[in-house]
Amino acid sequence: MEELDGEPTVTLIPGVNSSKKQMCFDWGPGEMLVCETSFNKKEKSETVPGCPVIYIIRKDVDVYSQILRKLFNESHGIFVGLQRIEEELTGKSRKAQLVRVSKNYRSVIRACMEEMHQVAIAAKDPACSRQFSSQVSILSAMELIWNLCEILFIEVAPAGPLLLHLLDWVRLHVCEVDNLLADVLGSENPRKHESFWKLVTILVLQGRLDEARQMLSKEADSSPTSAGMCRILGDLMRTMPVLSIMLGDEAALLEQKELLNNWYHFLVTRLLYSHPTVKPIDLHFYAQSSLDLFLGGESSPEPLDNILMAAFEFDIHQVIKECSIALSNWWFVAHLTDLLDHCKLLQSHNLYFGSNMREFLLLEYASGLFAHHSLWQLGVDYFDYCPELGRVSLELHIERIPLSTEQKALKVLRICEQRQMTEQVRSICKILAMKAVRNNRLGSALSWSIRAKDAAFATLVSDRFLRDYCERGCFSDLDLIDNLGPAMMLSDRLTFLGKYREFHRLYGEKRFVDAASLLLSLMTSQIAPRSFWMTLLTDALPLLEQKQVIFSAEQTYELMRCLEDLTSGRPVHGEPDAQRLQDDDIETTKVEMLRLALARNLARAIIKEGSLEGS
Amino acid sequence: MEEIYAKFVSQKISKTRWRPVPAGSLQTADTFATGSWDNEENRVSLWSIGDFGNLDSDGGFEGDHQLLCDIKHHGDVMDLQFFDQERIVAASSTGSVTLFLHHPNNQTLSVGQQWTAAHYHTSPGSLSCRSAPCTGVVCSNPEIVTVGEDGRINLFRADHKEAVRTIDNADSSTLHAVTFLRTPEILTVNSIGQLKIWDFRQQGNEPSQILSLTGDRVPLHCVDRHPNQQHVVATGGQDGMLSIWDVRQGTMPVSLLKAHEAEMWEVHFHPSNPDHLFTCSEDGSLWHWDASTDAPEKSSLFHEGRSSIFLFHSISNQANVHQSVISSWLSTDPAKDRIEITSLLPNRTLSVNSLDVLGPCLVCGTDAEAIYVTRQLFS
Repeated sequence: MEELDGEPTVTLIPGVNSSKKQMCFDWGPGEMLVCETSFNKKEKSETVPGCPVIYIIRKDVDVYSQILRKLFNESHGIFVGLQRIEEELTGKSRKAQLVRVSKNYRSVIRACMEEMHQVAIAAKDPACSRQFSSQVSILSAMELIWNLCEILFIEVAPAGPLLLHLLDWVRLHVCEVDNLLADVLGSENPRKHESFWKLVTILVLQGRLDEARQMLSKEADSSPTSAGMCRILGDLMRTMPVLSIMLGDEAALLEQKELLNNWYHFLVTRLLYSHPTVKPIDLHFYAQSSLDLFLGGESSPEPLDNILMAAFEFDIHQVIKECSIALSNWWFVAHLTDLLDHCKLLQSHNLYFGSNMREFLLLEYASGLFAHHSLWQLGVDYFDYCPELGRVSLELHIERIPLSTEQKALKVLRICEQRQMTEQVRSICKILAMKAVRNNRLGSALSWSIRAKDAAFATLVSDRFLRDYCERGCFSDLDLIDNLGPAMMLSDRLTFLGKYREFHRLYGEKRFVDAASLLLSLMTSQIAPRSFWMTLLTDALPLLEQKQVIFSAEQTYELMRCLEDLTSGRPVHGEPDAQRLQDDDIETTKVEMLRLALARNLARAIIKEGSLEGS
Repeated sequence: MEEIYAKFVSQKISKTRWRPVPAGSLQTADTFATGSWDNEENRVSLWSIGDFGNLDSDGGFEGDHQLLCDIKHHGDVMDLQFFDQERIVAASSTGSVTLFLHHPNNQTLSVGQQWTAAHYHTSPGSLSCRSAPCTGVVCSNPEIVTVGEDGRINLFRADHKEAVRTIDNADSSTLHAVTFLRTPEILTVNSIGQLKIWDFRQQGNEPSQILSLTGDRVPLHCVDRHPNQQHVVATGGQDGMLSIWDVRQGTMPVSLLKAHEAEMWEVHFHPSNPDHLFTCSEDGSLWHWDASTDAPEKSSLFHEGRSSIFLFHSISNQANVHQSVISSWLSTDPAKDRIEITSLLPNRTLSVNSLDVLGPCLVCGTDAEAIYVTRQLFS
């Protein structure tokens, strides 16, 4: 087992006295259930629980933040777009496209940051405000890291342009300068402003020499005594690329520690003035020494520092590992790793359970999304792009989404059908069909079984209809049965139902001959269930008793055969009780009536068929 | 290309509706309502698309839509309709129907009236009370008609606490949508591919007419009536098929047009330009169907900047599909005219659940938690 990278954090469960009572827990997909047990550590077990509540513990609370939801949604769009264009990308345009995707991700992070910043300012409750502010700084750190990764790994700038990119990177993340600039310039007398020289220094440290010269020229214009010095300085700055300047002195730079704010600013400034043509592979030397010099042995590096250092050392795996530990949500590492994978930078770094790092992170992120009541729809697309375990994960997750309305069920079914997950389709449709049957919505039940092409369930629904008919003597939901259309072919029982209804219709329209032959065919073709034969034969009675002869002799023989089949097959039951006797009585009467009617009809039919026409 | 503005709003949008403009006024739409779904706490919200006073440098209007006010809603918002300028009716997945009031002076929404057990499987009085989602609502001041998964049709009136009329078990399957044909007549679509016309003047519980699809009984999800020709109705099905019906004649659709690749959630005739039809679907697209006959432009295949898809040829290869074309949506003269179809959303997204059109403005909401608005539909 691997060593722990750090001490695990302890979370206290409110209401449970953990020194006295024991707790039990169970893992869920994204959260943990915890509750108090009645076992007592020291004393005898008590029967009454002290805390009668079950707690849900979530590690990932970011998923529930309103503003971060926008991040998840927008980045989902970028992610899917990236996977789709992946196939078309080749050659030079590929790098440009990937850089553009990276910038898109970053702009989404920035937009979130802006909005959260606004909310933090506007929040009335100080605790809330603090929470939002800390979120803002986390997002800011994420953007910082991403930006550096973009420069080093995606843009892959060679020596020369590399420094320019790093300069931009630093400028983007130290925004106090702009505020200060605005402050000083906006004041009545800029050169008398207390921060004037501080500002000039900062501008020089950031390599913004033009602006520094402009500031100085203002000073020169107004104060003749310092004009000379300013002119020299100005000239010096203008011709900077040619001369190598004292400003490259590390000691001098270190003195400006306060203005530099952090070691990577120090690093970039130092590189700017002493090693402007630094090569990417040499970066980590300077980075390590800058970090050491800046911290000066006083403080130890923070997680952010470690991550940046790992980036400068081009150790992508370390970057991702550190980020995974430091951040509470898989969003950042999942998307960054995916992008770097598209840049073909990750070797197939196989983990214990077979999938590679990109897929592992995407799976974790998507599983987290599925634990959310609403963001599960985003998770589907992430699983799609995990070639090894994505499909099985999706199959497991999608069946567990609670289906509160038919519309939600339809969306889930559409997702399954698009991916040919027939098992899931069948299982979901069956659940919905059963619910519908329980609620007596037989039309809905039938519609679900048609969708799933579930013949067995269609049979069950038809049986329900037939049972209702037997009990009530009429069909419910005629609008459904009359309009089954091609769906009728789904199951034999359903076909029978449709045809039986057609028989009733024909009878109603007084087309007795057609009705009669249909009735007979229902029995002889074996699609009528045995249990229903009695009913069918009873339906034949009025046709047998008609004035005109409807059933031919042949048909009558058939009917008689059916009747005999039915009666001979009936087993003798155990001790008869009163109800059974009564039922048997009715049965026997029916059979006798049928026999009589059939015999009479046979006689008439034989006579009719035997006679000459017209006589 | 039309300017279409997107905004991510941290909730999946199930319905979007423009607030109606007062009759005879020259105003264009400026406010719309949305309902969310699948949240632990759903909301009905009102949004405004900016003052007309602010013109940016190009002379166009400022982009973003801003939230005016919102209110908590129990259950998913299954359908939403403006009852009048200040009142909105929302249908809930808990089976209740709520009338919200908008107070423009302090920009708040409040609950005006609520019918809590409008739709249920087993009655609320019984032991095992099971509610059923209310799937569709349509208003015609002062009446509100609702339909639900329980196959029930309710007729409410704004100030009455109980339903004025209820047709129990109107359908053995789920009723997905409802619309008014003429005022005492409504038309419903269900999940076994049938249209049923109900006349409230008649006492019975039977529909006065049933029309159904040929072939497979594909569930129908949405319906809309032509604004001027009250016998022309368009429906969208689970297979993405758009059907045009003439309810005066026959029991089958006049034409079937293969449209989307997945469920069509909403279909709308443009209220003032009925030659234009709009559909949105689970497949993440929103289509504008233009059947008007401005002859000269029609003959060219490309319009600048538009992604136009001519379905003329692809339809003719489909079996069992009748050609339908032109201004009345019913006349069948395939040689002369064609329908121009444009996809309005820039990239494919998750499902577009709802759309609404009013004048030159269109709004739609998606499962990617975004709302899209355009104010230049016909430019």
